[in-house]
Amino acid sequence: MALLGVKDISKTFEGTRVLDGVSFSLEQGGILCLLGPSGCGKTTLLRIIAGLETPDSGEIVFDGRDMSGVEPFRRSFGMMFQEFALFPHKDVYGNVAFGLRMQKLSRWEVRERTGEMLGLVGLRGYGHRNVGELSGGERQRVALARTLAARPRLLLLDEPLGALDRALREHLMVELKEILKTISVTCVLVTHDQAEAYAMADMIAVMAEGRIEQLDRPERLYRHPRNPAVARFLGLQNLIEGTASPGGDVMTEFGVLQVENMPPRGTGPAVLLLQPDSARLESPGPSSGGPALRVTGIVRDVLYRGKHYTLDMETPAGVRLMFDLPDDTPVLSPGREVSLVIDPRGVSVLGSGA
Amino acid sequence: MSSGTYARVLWFTTWQAGVSTLLTLAVALPGAHVFARYRFPGKNLLLSLTAVPFVLPSVVVAAGFQALLGGRGLVNTWLVDALNLAGPPIALDHTIWFILLAHVFYNYAVVVRIVGGFWARLQPVIAEAAKTLGASPWRIFSEITLPLIMPAVLAASMLVFIFCFSSFGVILILGGPRFSTIEVEIYRQAVHLFNLPMAAVLSLLQILLTLGFMGVYGALQRSTTLPVYPESRAVTERRITSCRDWFILSANGCIILSLLCAPLAALVVRSFQSRQGLTLDFYRYLFWHHDQSLFPIAPIDATLYSIGFALATLVLSVAIALPAALILAQKNSRTARFLDPVLMLPLATSAVTLGFGFIVALDEPPLNLRTSLALVPLAHTLVAYPFVVRSILPALRSIPPSLKEAAAMLGGSPLQVFLKVVVPIVSRAVMVGAVFAFTISIGEFGATVFVARPQTPTMTLAIYRFLGQPGEMNYGCAMAMSTILMAVTVAGFLVLDRIRLSKEGEI
Repeated sequence: MALLGVKDISKTFEGTRVLDGVSFSLEQGGILCLLGPSGCGKTTLLRIIAGLETPDSGEIVFDGRDMSGVEPFRRSFGMMFQEFALFPHKDVYGNVAFGLRMQKLSRWEVRERTGEMLGLVGLRGYGHRNVGELSGGERQRVALARTLAARPRLLLLDEPLGALDRALREHLMVELKEILKTISVTCVLVTHDQAEAYAMADMIAVMAEGRIEQLDRPERLYRHPRNPAVARFLGLQNLIEGTASPGGDVMTEFGVLQVENMPPRGTGPAVLLLQPDSARLESPGPSSGGPALRVTGIVRDVLYRGKHYTLDMETPAGVRLMFDLPDDTPVLSPGREVSLVIDPRGVSVLGSGA
Repeated sequence: MSSGTYARVLWFTTWQAGVSTLLTLAVALPGAHVFARYRFPGKNLLLSLTAVPFVLPSVVVAAGFQALLGGRGLVNTWLVDALNLAGPPIALDHTIWFILLAHVFYNYAVVVRIVGGFWARLQPVIAEAAKTLGASPWRIFSEITLPLIMPAVLAASMLVFIFCFSSFGVILILGGPRFSTIEVEIYRQAVHLFNLPMAAVLSLLQILLTLGFMGVYGALQRSTTLPVYPESRAVTERRITSCRDWFILSANGCIILSLLCAPLAALVVRSFQSRQGLTLDFYRYLFWHHDQSLFPIAPIDATLYSIGFALATLVLSVAIALPAALILAQKNSRTARFLDPVLMLPLATSAVTLGFGFIVALDEPPLNLRTSLALVPLAHTLVAYPFVVRSILPALRSIPPSLKEAAAMLGGSPLQVFLKVVVPIVSRAVMVGAVFAFTISIGEFGATVFVARPQTPTMTLAIYRFLGQPGEMNYGCAMAMSTILMAVTVAGFLVLDRIRLSKEGEI
């Protein structure tokens, strides 16, 4: 029995369909990430779960109970807002203690638990600071402590690191994940940043235009995006078109390719995804057998990226492909013809569609 | 004159201002909430409408309340006719209630604009955060919203208190001889009893107290400029969704209509209505030079004097305010720091005190203007120009130095930069200030009552004189004259509203 059930939620704002029949469920202790570009409806979905918006149709079930009509302040969910929404007229202690005071805990308990929470986020001794004088990272921690202090049964995080600069984000991402796992809270997280999603979530739901396009574990999502739209959103640009035959072979401009884990899809047009790290330069010697896919084309550009080179090439059919090559690769100059061998494990079939 | 008089006057001035402020808050805070948080058709129109009373002359407001609820007023006339009563059932004439009602009417917009504007910029997400942390609606209001809007509430309260503290026309006309604020007492001592020393002491008291209050207001206002996560209004406004929303909205609409519109509507109705039915007699009568003792001229000529004085005031105020604003806008200038309080002093001084000062100071050589026509525009300019400075100054300060520097680097001489960059940017603000000066002058009563000569009365004086005379004809003429003055003022206000950059929370 899942702890949280989101069932067929739809919502229209001023004539625009923001959510279109969204469903998923989440187990106790799981971290689910809603990932998508801005305007895909992910924040609205989070606000509906929190009870801050009412869905036009569908229901939110929590712990076997229908939550429709339950006021947000009676749900015992915790939500952390993108802008943190700290109370500007209260100090750090007052912010963190707020939810505990609403639960009418004794003064002693409030003080105890607030101190504990400030310790958890590494802000012990910050209680009397004015929230206006905190740095972005400190505000984020206060917001997290405030949300966690009330021991929410479900934690909702709206772009928890979105308001911070990049370097700080990397650092706090690890810390946040650690804290969430320490207290093993069930959590729904919204982000537009895939690195954040991969690092934090047990399950990722990729959203586009009010629908969930794919719901999967991070590794599976990355290796097997369901369709080209999801692949492109995940930054996977190497898509080549082909035709699938009944035996599990796919016919492409580079010849016939045997795909591992080919989904039983039958025949017809198919799109192949080549992972950016799946290619290496073909060695001059005899080819090492097996039906490896060979890709040839013209070098357009080579960018040095520190850990690797990024090769930008164009196939004879005019398809642009980008591959990450190890930094010991011999120098390739633009305009030269290049031939690559693709590791079969880095190839997957997406199915039809643009 | 005993110190008991001072104490009595001071006590009455203070408590009526305090009670007026509390009543205004009670009526206007729900309005501020509605304007801050809801989006509904006709909102901007309604918001403009609430500001109309603020620019109306106190004489017109007083006349309006008499027209609605006075002994001869619309409601009493209806009730007497409908129920066949012997006398008017509502006896508000010359009671404190009449004064309080008029003060609430006057200051409703002050609270709605200042508090509503501030409230609208509070991010709803702060309240939402409290909601997800388990706070009930009441606790969100008491622990989050109220403390956050408190600076604006205090600033607005202080401003309302200052206005009511120096209230003159409303108390003089609606209160009758029984009630005396410091302002009214200055007028009585100086004009009726010729006790100039006592009037002078009272004026000094008034100036000192108002200065103190202005200081408090200034400090409070600065605290409202603290950025509390500013937010554009589109996000903070919500549409009407539930029955509860409808109830709140329509209750608010009823308050605005009954409190703000009814007196003004009654004024217009009464100006066309005599015992015999609908009539234009009162307006016709204004053109008739009938009563030497009351008016040495035809009353309608007061309109011409008023407009003439107002135009002169407009020109004078802008001529003084523009250079003053240019000096004040200089950053880190010593002159500016010295001039700022000096130039703004008239703002802290009441109109009555100014008028009294004029007749005391300028009635003997070398500068004897006692009989000069220039006295009225000069007094009005003194009342109006601080407002013009305050309209121009923000626009001047909004010009970033880099803009002028860029123009200079592109080869503009200082004069060219001023004419081609500064002037176009502040021209709107200057126009707003000019119309403001005109509107202030045309409705000015407190100073005018001292400085205007009997041969050249203004409209406000004419209304005051009509109201002070017995008889239906004089009453009707007061209504007719008030209606004309209201029309002129509202026209000025509409022009103002059109050219004003939309800035809520600023008066």
